[in-house]
Amino acid sequence: MAGVGSACLAVALLTAAYAAGASLYGARTGRREWVTSGRRAIYCIAGLCVLAFGLLEAAFLRSDFKFALVAEGSSTSTPTFYKVTALWATQDGSLLLWATLLSLFASTVLFLTRRSLRDIAPYATAVLGVVAGFFLLLMVGWENPFDTLANPPAEGAGLNPLLRHPAMMIHPPMLYTGYVGFSVPFAFAIGALVTRHTGADWIRATRRFALIAWIFLGTGIMLGALWSYTELGWGGYWAWDPVENASLMPWLVGTAFLHSIMVQEKRGMLKIWNVSLICATFTLALLGTFLVRSGILDSIHAFGASTIGVQFLVFIGLVIALSATLIISRLPHLRSEAKLDSLLSREAFFLLNNLVLVGLCLVIMWGTFFPLISEAITGTEASVGPPWFDRLVTPLALVLVLLTAIGPMLAWRRFTPAALWRVGWVPVTVAGVTLVTLLALTDAADSPASLAMFCLVAFVLAAVGQELWRGTVARRTMTGEAWPRALARLTGRNRRRYGGFLVHAGIAVLFLGVAASSAFVQQRDVRARPGDTFGVDGYQVTYRKATAKLGGDYSGTGAPISLGAVLDVRGKGKHFVMRPSRNYYATTDPSLGAISRFFEGEATSEVDVRWGLRRDLWMAIRPDIGSLQGPIREADRKFANSPTDVQAFIIAALADRYRRDPPPAAFRAIASPLVLWIWIGGGIVVLGALVAAWPSPEARLRRVRSLYSARLGQELSRA
Amino acid sequence: MDPSRKRKLRLVVALTAALLLATALIYTSFSASTEASKPSQLKPGRSYELTGEVVKGSISHRGDQLRFRVRDRDGTASVPVSYTGVVPDPFREGREVIVSGELERGTFVAERDSLVTKCPSKFTKDKQSS
Repeated sequence: MAGVGSACLAVALLTAAYAAGASLYGARTGRREWVTSGRRAIYCIAGLCVLAFGLLEAAFLRSDFKFALVAEGSSTSTPTFYKVTALWATQDGSLLLWATLLSLFASTVLFLTRRSLRDIAPYATAVLGVVAGFFLLLMVGWENPFDTLANPPAEGAGLNPLLRHPAMMIHPPMLYTGYVGFSVPFAFAIGALVTRHTGADWIRATRRFALIAWIFLGTGIMLGALWSYTELGWGGYWAWDPVENASLMPWLVGTAFLHSIMVQEKRGMLKIWNVSLICATFTLALLGTFLVRSGILDSIHAFGASTIGVQFLVFIGLVIALSATLIISRLPHLRSEAKLDSLLSREAFFLLNNLVLVGLCLVIMWGTFFPLISEAITGTEASVGPPWFDRLVTPLALVLVLLTAIGPMLAWRRFTPAALWRVGWVPVTVAGVTLVTLLALTDAADSPASLAMFCLVAFVLAAVGQELWRGTVARRTMTGEAWPRALARLTGRNRRRYGGFLVHAGIAVLFLGVAASSAFVQQRDVRARPGDTFGVDGYQVTYRKATAKLGGDYSGTGAPISLGAVLDVRGKGKHFVMRPSRNYYATTDPSLGAISRFFEGEATSEVDVRWGLRRDLWMAIRPDIGSLQGPIREADRKFANSPTDVQAFIIAALADRYRRDPPPAAFRAIASPLVLWIWIGGGIVVLGALVAAWPSPEARLRRVRSLYSARLGQELSRA
Repeated sequence: MDPSRKRKLRLVVALTAALLLATALIYTSFSASTEASKPSQLKPGRSYELTGEVVKGSISHRGDQLRFRVRDRDGTASVPVSYTGVVPDPFREGREVIVSGELERGTFVAERDSLVTKCPSKFTKDKQSS
């Protein structure tokens, strides 16, 4: 089976080379059959990758430890759900996931555009073939996921316990789909540059795919934050970790791209900027993958030294060089068709929003790579911490949220301040009222940045609400439809516009959660014995009793031992029970005793979160197993060679001992206001983006007509 | 103002703003950064981001305080660390850690919650494969 898998990858690599070569040859010579053949070769790569992926997944599911990857990343005791995800927890497996997603995405796009963009598409096919080929080459040459072991072990090492979380099942595929998705508009942009057809055609053809990539990347980031909040045991959702930053940077530049292409579509401006943005987005997506896999920056995610760092750097360098050369050599073709009429116009504000987004990306990039920059300049490695990021990002984020509200209110080309005031006075009033109310009734003034953010959020929501209201009212007067129907029809007819509004509202809600939870979080670290009570943010938490569970912990991660606590929480008119625990995973380290290996392996916090719209109560426990050390050592000596069921019995006895006479345990309690709104906001953003991405019937008709007329024009000019 | 002068003015304003921002970025990052250091290179009186490996058998708890020694990745020099706050799940003997703090009377006193532990590198393979 492993042989078949390796063969799949090798053939796919050759096919990728063929796809690139055939499309280029076809485009140069004008022989369509070669172009078609190149495109079909991409479908073929997709088929081979899916086959390889399936083979590897099957090996994980049947725990075939002949596969080195399975032996390293899975075990028979790993629950089935996590056997599936273990594939992309490994380096080789994640490369395979990248290649598979890329070839699937590329095939879909090339299939859908097979009848349009005849001049650009062959070059896009070649670019996609090269990118797919790069990842296949990495696997064939250095990191073959189908490596086999001469002496397969009886049991695998098991999936890293930290990755045993439902969000981890979907987080990497989402993120990768996002990264991969941006390769499509990149490929078409390169095609447009090569063929000098730098109008808005390539944008119209790939805009939707860029938006879909953006949705996936954003969802991946949100799920990563959720994982951090509920699994990592420190209680935060964002730490400015290099790998988090690596996923945020392409998302920010991608956001800028999605905005600025509208200016090119409407006004034929910003062409250089757009191709540069998409090239930057794709480069950053590659950089993100590289950062996770190379370990050049200290991060919790950086999984040790890797063998493919250099190859990645070379490829990123090539992408940058190719993009820059092409853009510079095509500068005469990238001239604007129009000039900026006024600074008071929607395009000017789009430009401003772009500068802020790219500025944000540059700040984050500078901070992320600062250890390398500082070492290059001063010779000592130094790093900037989260406070530095917070200080620089906060003002930019405030401006960004402000623009979120203003941008959609403005007219293209030019508007007068009086016109702006006509649409702006309601949101301004709402923001003002919010400010006064917050100052009078809450202590929000303790954090000026958060207070400003709250007002801006109110401003955005009011602006979006007003637009929806006006549109619905106008439609009702015209058609006499009922309210809900009018609203639905309105949105349906202008999906991009109203989907965009929804995205903006979602972003505002997200920032509401960020501002509230970062400034007004209350945290308490205590050591407590059963019977002790401690307070956090008006809650009285009583440690009622210790728990010890063997096998089958609450969250189904397959941990053999789970020590925890039952906590009684009273306060704010509520009374509930929380059960934080800590899972202990056995290690296969031979230097440890038969019993202690169950306690000395990996351990993970199983946080209990009481979710709430107003605030979350987050609870983690770190039991002190120091008092068990003596008995564990003794058991190691006595039962080293006992059968497993006796050892299981001993472990049960030890766990029981902990339950009956627990030493003080360390608790971390966090009361985080409005934090749930971060994910609710994220959900609204995704919903809005889906609305915007959904093709509307009129638009489809228009596109068919315009394509038809364009082709007719071409035929006529040829005749 | 004629259009070409207006454009020039805009360009100058934009470039000045960009330059100011870049200066702020560089200045704040260099002034706010903490230097990374191995245990063997620590000097008292300034804060560092200490990186190294947790020495085997050196971990002990005293009340809320966690004590352990950190050793150079490629050497034997080590320094005792006292730390309070949340301990990352992968923290364990022999793991690589990063912790910020300052050297006081021979002990590295760490800032609260500053301990970062690198994931065990499951990806570094012993190339026993065929």
